Amino acid sequence: MTPNMFFLLVSILFSIGLVGIISRRNLFVIYMSIELMLSSVNLLLATLSKLLGDANGSVMALLLIAVIAAEAALFLAMITHLYRQSRTLDSDHYKKLSKVK
Amino acid sequence: MLNLIVITPFISALILTIIYLLNTKKENTFIYTLIGIASPVFITLLSLFTLFELINGVPTIHSTLFEWLHIGELNISIAFMADRLSVIMISFITFIGTLIHIYAAGYMRGDEGYGKFFAYFNLFMGSMLLLVLADNPIMMFIGWELVGLSSYLLIGFYHQESSNVTAANKAFILNRVGDFGFIIGISLLFISLEGSGFTFDTIKANIQLIDNERLSLIGFLLFVGAMGKSAQIPLYVWLPDAMAGPTPVSALIHAATMVTAGVYMVSRYSFIYSEIPDIGLFIAYIGAFSALFAAILASYQSDIKKILAYSTMSQLGYMFIAVGLGAYSSGIFHVFTHAFFKALLFMGAGAVIIALHHEQNIFKMGGLKKDLRVIYITMFIATLAISGIPPFAGFFSKDAILVMAFASENYLLWVMGSLTAALTAFYMFRLLFSVFHAKSEHKHELQNVSSSMTLPLVVLAFGSTTVGFLGLNEAYGGSSLFNNFLVLPDIELHITHEVEYMLGALNVLLAFCGMLLAYKMFATNAKETLPDNRVRKLIINKFYIDEIYTFIFVRPLLLLSSFIAQTLDPKIFDGAINLSVSGYHKAAYLFEQLQNGKVRYYALYVLVGISAMSLYMIYKLGVKL
Repeated sequence: MTPNMFFLLVSILFSIGLVGIISRRNLFVIYMSIELMLSSVNLLLATLSKLLGDANGSVMALLLIAVIAAEAALFLAMITHLYRQSRTLDSDHYKKLSKVK
Repeated sequence: MLNLIVITPFISALILTIIYLLNTKKENTFIYTLIGIASPVFITLLSLFTLFELINGVPTIHSTLFEWLHIGELNISIAFMADRLSVIMISFITFIGTLIHIYAAGYMRGDEGYGKFFAYFNLFMGSMLLLVLADNPIMMFIGWELVGLSSYLLIGFYHQESSNVTAANKAFILNRVGDFGFIIGISLLFISLEGSGFTFDTIKANIQLIDNERLSLIGFLLFVGAMGKSAQIPLYVWLPDAMAGPTPVSALIHAATMVTAGVYMVSRYSFIYSEIPDIGLFIAYIGAFSALFAAILASYQSDIKKILAYSTMSQLGYMFIAVGLGAYSSGIFHVFTHAFFKALLFMGAGAVIIALHHEQNIFKMGGLKKDLRVIYITMFIATLAISGIPPFAGFFSKDAILVMAFASENYLLWVMGSLTAALTAFYMFRLLFSVFHAKSEHKHELQNVSSSMTLPLVVLAFGSTTVGFLGLNEAYGGSSLFNNFLVLPDIELHITHEVEYMLGALNVLLAFCGMLLAYKMFATNAKETLPDNRVRKLIINKFYIDEIYTFIFVRPLLLLSSFIAQTLDPKIFDGAINLSVSGYHKAAYLFEQLQNGKVRYYALYVLVGISAMSLYMIYKLGVKL
């Protein structure tokens, strides 16, 4: 396993996440795509930390995991609340902040 | 003083207009009459004073009002010039114009637009004086255009009837056609002189700068203007229609203003025309054809004013024969004498029309000899004058022109002129006999003709009898006073007195023939000529010239306009615009789709952008995938 393989994996994961955000309208899928992108960044940090023999990257990854956990709790709560209000998970349906009706 | 002559009528016209517009009840006839007549009387006195000054030896009078334009080489002053030619012109324009004004006070009495009429009338005289006294061609052109404008206003004076407005438009538009040539001619003259001054004096001094071909073109173009104003073939068709205006207007147009402007203009530019005899000959032939053509038409008309209109066209033809052949003085002399008897004829006709409650057909008149004695006698004198019977004025001026045509060996011109003379006598006496001698079929209840109408007739009749003696030439025992005074560049032709007497006698003989024929046909029992054979039909319908013009010019224009209005404009031009409009609509729709407020799409754009940039960088950095 060369570091290049890890970079490639990181790129693929990130791209899948990005395309997911763009192409899907289900809020859960979007959320999972974001998670995927964050995970890919975590993996990158860990890889670089290992490669350079520096602990900073690993520390940052650890912190990120904590943040992601908190965010997951918040995000899921919000999605549940939104679903209760309008009985749908379609992101295009949520345009209360938009001028366009 | 010259300034005053030109400005006075304009000012009085302005004052009359203001009074007329303020005075909503259209009363105050007295004030209109006072102002309307005082100003021509005043300028007549001034003009006569100027005339005496010139007779006493002053060569020319110049007077500058102010500098108007000064752009590079174009330097135009509002300036007036009175030389011997223009002083003669203004003398009879103001004198006869005044008489016509006095006559008009009687003729127009009780008319709703009395004040308006006098305002226009004064404007007309002012315009003509501006034209005549102009110091440079630009000023002359302004006067030229103002004359056209005034005639338009006056011909369409009874504007409630649409046919009168059409007649006014016709006069105006046909004059524009001529003016187009005139203004190109002036422009060409200005360019050719290369900025060496643009007054008549400097043009005269620098005329040798222009080569002969260019000069011929200029001369021709200027004459196109004269064709329009002076109603010569082919731009004459407005003249009979112009009879739609009140009769004093016809008298003013035909005697003292407007139509004589063309002859005056050619004489004014005599220094050009004497350089280009070919164009002069062309002018003479146009004049001769117009003279004969109009005389033929006049012989078959039955409207009293139209007969007189054609006779003016015919007489103008004579004047153009003269100026075309280079006998400018003789041309101006005929303008001068013609002004007297033509004004008299029109005013007499107007008086008859008024007396008969606006009847204009000569065959419905008849037998007015006793009832309208003054009018009959004065009109008889004018008819003798225009027919060229000595010693009345017309004989001397017409004879001078015909002698000139004979002496210059243009025998065709002479034959046409003589024929016209015979025809003139015929149709004028036809008019006179039908109106005053022939038995009347119905009794007329005559309306009273006021003395302000008959008095000018008497003055003019006196003039028609005597003014011919001013130009008496050697053969008739005079010394060509008029011609010698004018000092125009006339060509000199010598002809023996015997030949001259013979020509004169021949003309008188021809005139008597015409007169006798008219007497036989119309003196006792005047019948309207019916279009009973092909030739008469052709002539009575005026050779269908109006119809031909309609066919050649008016119809194609109308067709073109309707094509543009109905096809070209909505389909092609509007179509192109609508196409671009719909293009914008489509573009707007596209952007609306892009700019939809959804984050996903914006993220996509970011992705696309970043991807493109990345690809570009990869390509530039030469990374091989």
